[in-house]
Amino acid sequence: MTDHEHKSHKDTGPTAAAATDLTATGTAPGEVTTDRKPPKAFLEVRDLRVHFPTQDGLVKSVDGLSFTLEKGKTLGIVGESGSGKSVTSLGIMGLHTVGQYGRQRPRLSGEIWLAGQELLGADPDEVRKLRGREVAMIFQDPLSALHPFFTVGHQIVEAYRVHHNVDKRTARTRAVELLDRVGIPEPDKRVDSFPHEFSGGMRQRAMIAMALVNNPELLIADEPTTALDVTVQAQILDLIRDLQKEFGSAVIIITHDLGVVAELSDDILVMYGGRCVEYGSAEQVFYEPQHPYTWGLLGSMPRIDRDRAERLIPVKGSPPSLINVPSGCAFNPRCPYADVPKGDITRTTRPELREVKPGHLSACHMAQEDRERIWNEEIAPKL
Amino acid sequence: MLTYLIRRLFAVAVMLVVIILAVFCIFFLIPKWAGIDPATMFVGKQADKASIEGVREKLQLDEPVLVQLFEFFKGIFVGRDYTGGGTTTHCAAPCFGYSFRTEQAIWPVLTDRLPVTLSLALGAAVVWLFIGLTVGVLSALKRGSLWDRLAMTGALAGVSLPIYFTGLLALAVFAYQLDLVSNTFTPFGENPAKWFSGMILPWITLAFLFGAMYARLTRATMLEVMGEDYIRTARAKGLREPVVIGKHAMRSTMTPVLTLLGVDIGALMGSAILTETTFSIPGLGQAVLKAINDRDLPLILGVTLITATSVVIANLVVDLLYGVIDPRVRLG
Repeated sequence: MTDHEHKSHKDTGPTAAAATDLTATGTAPGEVTTDRKPPKAFLEVRDLRVHFPTQDGLVKSVDGLSFTLEKGKTLGIVGESGSGKSVTSLGIMGLHTVGQYGRQRPRLSGEIWLAGQELLGADPDEVRKLRGREVAMIFQDPLSALHPFFTVGHQIVEAYRVHHNVDKRTARTRAVELLDRVGIPEPDKRVDSFPHEFSGGMRQRAMIAMALVNNPELLIADEPTTALDVTVQAQILDLIRDLQKEFGSAVIIITHDLGVVAELSDDILVMYGGRCVEYGSAEQVFYEPQHPYTWGLLGSMPRIDRDRAERLIPVKGSPPSLINVPSGCAFNPRCPYADVPKGDITRTTRPELREVKPGHLSACHMAQEDRERIWNEEIAPKL
Repeated sequence: MLTYLIRRLFAVAVMLVVIILAVFCIFFLIPKWAGIDPATMFVGKQADKASIEGVREKLQLDEPVLVQLFEFFKGIFVGRDYTGGGTTTHCAAPCFGYSFRTEQAIWPVLTDRLPVTLSLALGAAVVWLFIGLTVGVLSALKRGSLWDRLAMTGALAGVSLPIYFTGLLALAVFAYQLDLVSNTFTPFGENPAKWFSGMILPWITLAFLFGAMYARLTRATMLEVMGEDYIRTARAKGLREPVVIGKHAMRSTMTPVLTLLGVDIGALMGSAILTETTFSIPGLGQAVLKAINDRDLPLILGVTLITATSVVIANLVVDLLYGVIDPRVRLG
């Protein structure tokens, strides 16, 4: 990260605070410092970088991501495949540092603060103890995410007992209770079923029960509805929302489906090429999006109230290579408005995340007037 | 489960009948069509006509094929009588006939030797499972390391080196030079300690050959399993890495290992020839080798049947164990 980047962060919103702190302590990515101040926010990610060394080069899956999240709030992280959404979530879980047998370890830098504790520099076993207890995760495909050879109950009991020193019967009672809470009929019988004996929606419910068994403070849902039927999707989203109210946890929901985000999120973070390109409240991002990539995402979303003869407006091209990220703005090769700012700036200079409205950040070279004009005149009418 | 078991046992019975039929054809019909008279195998080439006739009559070789087949089955299930030259010999069930060479009943020979081969196969299996799984898991966890490369090179050597090479080498070094173990076979009933001392080299030699395959299989499966989503889930729960590997990953790794084990133990019952010969172990393999040299049809036939039965039973056991390991194949 250059000094230039740090300074430009200074006058921006909550996420910029992280970068400012970094400048103050003079931390280079990867260096572990002892005098980092814990933030006030419940979860704060500061300048997270996850780079995977491969034979073809360094894959910069996440390259300088910062955000904050309070308890009881939901953050939606949106982006297409390969934008670094899941890598971010696994980073918060501390799962990049375990099980890399014989593989080159990914290089992580930045800070992840959870309830006043920094996770990236922490002892791996301390992070392990937080996993499942403080931070729990729901995965995309519940069939493959549950072990096929163990009963659902066994897997929930295991998740509970690893963090609680209780006997099997107590844990089992807890598992049944949770299965009941997530809406599994006859939970005292189904607790002994195997994952393959459940339907897709039931499996995801069981997965959620497993994630919630330890009352985690932070729940990360990585594409929780992608593998499910549409009718079941809505049920699962409702369930997550209800449970969040009940448990008061913070939720990060990771998805490429803007509909899911619209349903649940308070704030939305749009990722592109391993970076945040837009960040704001759900209303801001949906009604006044400030980045051409967000426009593209909105344009690719099918809507029932749109005339059927009208085509969807897809984002042209394919996601950028994370090894050779396009110079300048990573989105410039696919951006229809790359030539709007004067000169070569979109191709030469990486746009910084700037606060365009209070609490609304965007990383785009276009001038505010240009963006608003294009949005109001060209994009919004077509949506 | 019970109905499944009954169905499988019935299938095993049918299979065995088919095997007996096939074996009968191979050993009694094909020689006949090829113009080789089993009777001459019995008496030898220089025998006179009268004794050949006598043997024919006694073994009922002149009877129609169906009668012979019936007598053969009858012998196995209820016993049969051999009549010839005015005397009648009763051969109690299960009757596989008498050896052409020693004129001993075949069944007692088989029951004598089966436990020996079984102890060789099972003992070796324990050793090779232990070695194969340990090396395989460690190699998978340290993929690409020096250890992994050395282990996989060793495994390649294990797969490629024949038992009569490694076996003789092991005998020369550990039994003759260092005198650590016994170089002769002692029956278990006679002296268990000596039996163990005599069996340890054959076990290890055999295990080296098979363990190599298991190490490679375990390593490959383990690497695949470690990439599964449910392993990530196990970690996300906060489980310790030894639990993730030892419980969640190992459970899935066992399925293909078990498949191979069933096939191998079954097949080993018939293919222990080299090991038993190398180490002079009086098992089925040694018996069948001698029988082949002597053209001792009934003995070859008996060993073949025992081997085939072992394969069938081993497969049945594996199929039942599948249900224990993988709930998705549990059948009602």
